[in-house]
Amino acid sequence: MNNLSLIFVLLIFMAIAYQFGMTRSRRMAGGQNSASMHSRPHHYGMMVGLWAVLPPFLLLLLWNWLAPGVLQTLTLATVPAELLTDSEQAAVLMRRISNLANNFGVVAEAADWEVAAASYLSALQQKSALMLTALMFILASLGLLLSFKKIQPSLRARHQVEKALMAVLLLCSTVAILTTVGIVLSMVGETLKFFSFISPADFFFGTTWNPRFSTVGLAEGSLTGSQGSFGLLPLLAGTLLVALIAMLVAIPLGLMVAIYLAEYAPQRVRNTVKPIIEVLAGIPTIVYGFFALVTVGPFFAEFGQSIGMTIRATSALTAGVVMGIMIIPFISSLSDDILTQVPKSLRDGSLGLGATKSETIRQVVLPAALPGIVGAVLLAVSRAIGETMIVVLAAGNSPSLTANPFEAVSTVTVTIVNQLTGDNDFASPQSLVAFALGLTLFAITLLLNIVALVIVRKYREQYE
Amino acid sequence: MTTELNTVTSANKAYSKVQQQVVRSLKKRHRQEKLFRTAGLLAVSASILLVILLFVNIFAKGLPAFWQHSITLDIYFDPAIVKISEQPQPQAGETENEFRQRDLAWRSEVGLVNFNRLIFPALQQVIPDAQQHRRELQRIVTSGERFALRDLVIADPSIIGQTKTLHLLTDANIDVWLKGNIDRSLPDEQQQLSAKVREWVDALKQQGVISNRFSFALFMNPDSRSSLASAGLAGAFMGSLYMMLVVIVLAIPMGVAAAIYLEEFAPKNRLTDLVEVNINNLAAVPSIVFGLLGASIFIGWFNLPMSAPVVGGLVLTLMTLPTVIIATRSTLKAIPPSIRQAALGLGASKTQAVFHHVLPLAIPGILTGSIIGVAQALGETAPLLLIGMKSFVASVPGSAMDQATALPVQIYLWQGNELRNFFEARTSAAIIVLLVMMLSLNSLAIWLRKRYEVRW
Repeated sequence: MNNLSLIFVLLIFMAIAYQFGMTRSRRMAGGQNSASMHSRPHHYGMMVGLWAVLPPFLLLLLWNWLAPGVLQTLTLATVPAELLTDSEQAAVLMRRISNLANNFGVVAEAADWEVAAASYLSALQQKSALMLTALMFILASLGLLLSFKKIQPSLRARHQVEKALMAVLLLCSTVAILTTVGIVLSMVGETLKFFSFISPADFFFGTTWNPRFSTVGLAEGSLTGSQGSFGLLPLLAGTLLVALIAMLVAIPLGLMVAIYLAEYAPQRVRNTVKPIIEVLAGIPTIVYGFFALVTVGPFFAEFGQSIGMTIRATSALTAGVVMGIMIIPFISSLSDDILTQVPKSLRDGSLGLGATKSETIRQVVLPAALPGIVGAVLLAVSRAIGETMIVVLAAGNSPSLTANPFEAVSTVTVTIVNQLTGDNDFASPQSLVAFALGLTLFAITLLLNIVALVIVRKYREQYE
Repeated sequence: MTTELNTVTSANKAYSKVQQQVVRSLKKRHRQEKLFRTAGLLAVSASILLVILLFVNIFAKGLPAFWQHSITLDIYFDPAIVKISEQPQPQAGETENEFRQRDLAWRSEVGLVNFNRLIFPALQQVIPDAQQHRRELQRIVTSGERFALRDLVIADPSIIGQTKTLHLLTDANIDVWLKGNIDRSLPDEQQQLSAKVREWVDALKQQGVISNRFSFALFMNPDSRSSLASAGLAGAFMGSLYMMLVVIVLAIPMGVAAAIYLEEFAPKNRLTDLVEVNINNLAAVPSIVFGLLGASIFIGWFNLPMSAPVVGGLVLTLMTLPTVIIATRSTLKAIPPSIRQAALGLGASKTQAVFHHVLPLAIPGILTGSIIGVAQALGETAPLLLIGMKSFVASVPGSAMDQATALPVQIYLWQGNELRNFFEARTSAAIIVLLVMMLSLNSLAIWLRKRYEVRW
């Protein structure tokens, strides 16, 4: 039986065990008066169900984790020893044998000893599956019987069930931490590998980006002579340029939208306009990228031509402006929240002294909301820096150190996409550099986010 | 007495001076007020205008691509051309495997038939001078349609010997030409189509043999590179569907469970503070970083297959998790403590209070947050590029472990196609499909929120 059907059988078994436990506790309580029992009947049912199913399930997990290794060692013991010089060769051999054992067919004719090993392996596999099923059945029945016997009025079944539930909840909440740990560990590991090819100083302070894909495919040792240059600075400059243009578009527009909606607009207008602008936030970034590529870029190029300037269709300007449009709702909704949090008494005080509404906003509300707005802008900057698809399509992908917004640039994210083309051979600096870039990106955005969150939180406490 | 009067009059004087100043500056201040207000209004209208511009632009480009030119032909399934043996039927005393082998052999036999030879005679019926230009004749029907004929034969072999009226897709260039997206005044050497073909298709369009029909190919076919006119979204759609299933099955239960623990049960200490900061940060980590995580952990360590929806789904799950957790937590936070206290007061355990009383009240909010998270995951592109989902896949994936691509990645692939004037519209059509899906998910979330939201 395969894993899925085993799990399915376990679930059915659990339902049966649940019924057993429940009926027994009901009978013990004597029909009407269930108050004599410590817990409710379904707690007893659940307890029996869990005892019946959890141990065999854990066994299943353990088996799936350990059994392949054991089977491999056993099988490879039958293979002529001179063929097993290193572990890589053994893995290739093992794949061939298991393909044979599962009737998948292999390239080239299979040797006699291979066929023998394959039939040995398939016999082992059958034996292992049978053993697993039998063991699981024994564990399940034992669990069912023992916990069934234990049911008594004084048994605290509810506490057991709740403890199990708590364990599941706790497990789920560690996933988020594990994700962060996974991100950091995997990227640090690959980045260290990258730094064994290229020195960190060359990476962080290099001013040329030219990874030279031609060296891919050569043996590892011969790479050293013809390595490309992996300078981060041109990419970082491109990223910052695009983010700066995006902010120049998004901050004035987003902030004015927030001010108008929070301070001036009547409720009805607010209720219709807010969702419309939030539609902008729900549009996938690939759509913005396409919009930039086929509409905004050509428009800028034509406009530049008409006033006698050379503006490339795919440039920092195109990507930045479209990214700014994408970020408007982000800034406007965050600032809107922050503006509405400023206490009414501040406004009333200012208006009562004779200030006009705009004076109140500019001289009282905005300064009071400033920390929160700065936090929102920082979050927006971190989004702009990490944004990928718009720049992949519209920034032109030319890693040069330039401050001219009408030129094509390349960014950190674009380069990650270009370098990690989807093959899982992470041996060359050309693909490993993606992880170094990713770690840099992660560090920058993490810093921005933490600062922003601290500011926003401080601000919130101020008025709560 | 007099001194008091004096101060009052001097105060009056000072007051009137200030008053004059105020009156004088008032005009300017009111003008500034108006200006500021107008600036706000302008910003709002500019933002709305941008939304409209984006949508009008995409829809204007994409809507025509939902219709495609096809040619109506009477195809005679000539037994002399489609020479195949009888379709194998399951026989008594035959294992399933043996039957499948025979069936496979028969299918490949059908695949060897040159179905283009069925199309040529049909074309000759509608094009009078076809005989002299056999090479040009091949350019009319897109090459993928011969597989459509093959599938017809496999589905029902009794079709052989009969004549069927079929609508076959024309070549992509013909579609572009007839839709008027090519400058007709360009000289011959710059045209994709030869003069003869252009003359033919214009005439056929006039006669109504070629007509603009709703393009089922766009929805039913997987991607194609050899026959561009029949490239469709079916493969990408299924890929996205599998990924969304993984996200729904994993991210929502895990996220809700984590949020319940953190909000209701976790002790308030440094560790839970750390978890909270960590989750907030994770929500703001660039999506491409999750792609790197998937590439190195799921593919590099766990050896999961490249380009599989299951890997994409796992990566998107990790990405969606913070969104679900944050939404659930804020919903739980909004439920008044009196509910919990009432349950506890009646003797419920803490678990019972949460699961029987708090959680049911939180379900609308949780659903809203989850749907928004899933919609976000549906539109995500960058991380999928890093785990190999941008490779070209010419078949509809049958399971979550098969090679596949996703809707947004399909958009990315199509926008890069060389046949720009055909694929610009096709890409916009794909974007419309994606936007419609996402917007309907989002409006479902908004509707849920409006319908079931309780203000405490």
